[in-house]
Amino acid sequence: MNQPRTVLLKVFRYGPADQAPRYDQFRVPVGPRTTVLDALLAVRRAQDPGLTVRHSCLHGSCGTCGLRINGREVLACVTRLDGLGDPVVVEPLAGAPVVGDLVVDMKPLYRRLEPAGRPLVRASERAGPGANGEAATGPMLEELERFEDCLECGLCLSACPVAGDPRYLGPVALAAAKRVLEEPRGADPGAVLGWVDDAHGAWRCHLAFECSEVCPAGVDPAGAIMRLRRRLLRDRLPRLVGKYHREERT
Amino acid sequence: MIRPHPERRGSARRGRSRWLDPRGRHLGTWAFVANRLTGLGLVAYLYLHLIILSTLLRGPEAWDGLVELFQRPMFLAFDVLLVLGLAFHGFNGLRVALAGSGLLVDRHKAMLAAAGILVGLVGLVAAVRIFG
Repeated sequence: MNQPRTVLLKVFRYGPADQAPRYDQFRVPVGPRTTVLDALLAVRRAQDPGLTVRHSCLHGSCGTCGLRINGREVLACVTRLDGLGDPVVVEPLAGAPVVGDLVVDMKPLYRRLEPAGRPLVRASERAGPGANGEAATGPMLEELERFEDCLECGLCLSACPVAGDPRYLGPVALAAAKRVLEEPRGADPGAVLGWVDDAHGAWRCHLAFECSEVCPAGVDPAGAIMRLRRRLLRDRLPRLVGKYHREERT
Repeated sequence: MIRPHPERRGSARRGRSRWLDPRGRHLGTWAFVANRLTGLGLVAYLYLHLIILSTLLRGPEAWDGLVELFQRPMFLAFDVLLVLGLAFHGFNGLRVALAGSGLLVDRHKAMLAAAGILVGLVGLVAAVRIFG
């Protein structure tokens, strides 16, 4: 009987009690449909129950299992291990604090998103009691929100070569801002434009387009940032020309 | 209390280290890194050029000696490299300026390919003229 094929995983490890991170090696059996997340969960079951990895839906729609596999940002639950080579290096997302092994703190991402007002939520889609008390769905769902196609997985922030600077709003927030301008739903577009028109806003992007390359939902944050810039230029140029003419006259 | 690993915090330092490491990344990052490297190279060349020009202060003999040195094949190859770097920085800069203003954003890869072809042509002409 044939032995199942195996692959060596080199997994980033860091825990609250550790002085420094390290890489642990685990050999795992691989089938043609085995995903990276399958393999990591198999490690937890059979080799190291202490391995910290975050996941939820297992089908690429919740965005919680974002990792760097061989240096590239992917969702572990929909990335097949077959064809990734041997060994396979598994690391947490870059540019965010590691709270344990493969899990990063997502607060920096959410903090970047907040000023956009988490805009892509229709008032009618907010769970919880309505204005007149109808359709109460309970306090646990009050914060449930929908953000169009963006999974808020953080792959774009990890892949962006300049998002290591926490002052930069980053691709996810700028894409959200562009979405607000397309469909304000009561938000003030002027305020959003003022927010992104900053050296650390839309103008900080250096056009590596890496965010759009790794986005698992096809949101195209880089394209959104460039279109934001076009809108900003369209608004700015007449003002600049007008200012020049006024100065010429005086 | 969970202590995030300090070296893994998002920081400007970590960000800059990624400028020079495009391994495993896509074409746009390679262009981004190449643009920075050529930019730094051109700035370094500018200062080198000024230092070399300062030999004029030491008289015509010193200058003629340097000119003779720079006509050696190794230095001529550096000239071709300089032209290649200049051409890439210029053509890619044009692409960045266009896409960065929201123009031809969906064609940024095609523009990069065009820039690559133009850089190759400019390099070829430069090599023929410098060594010819």
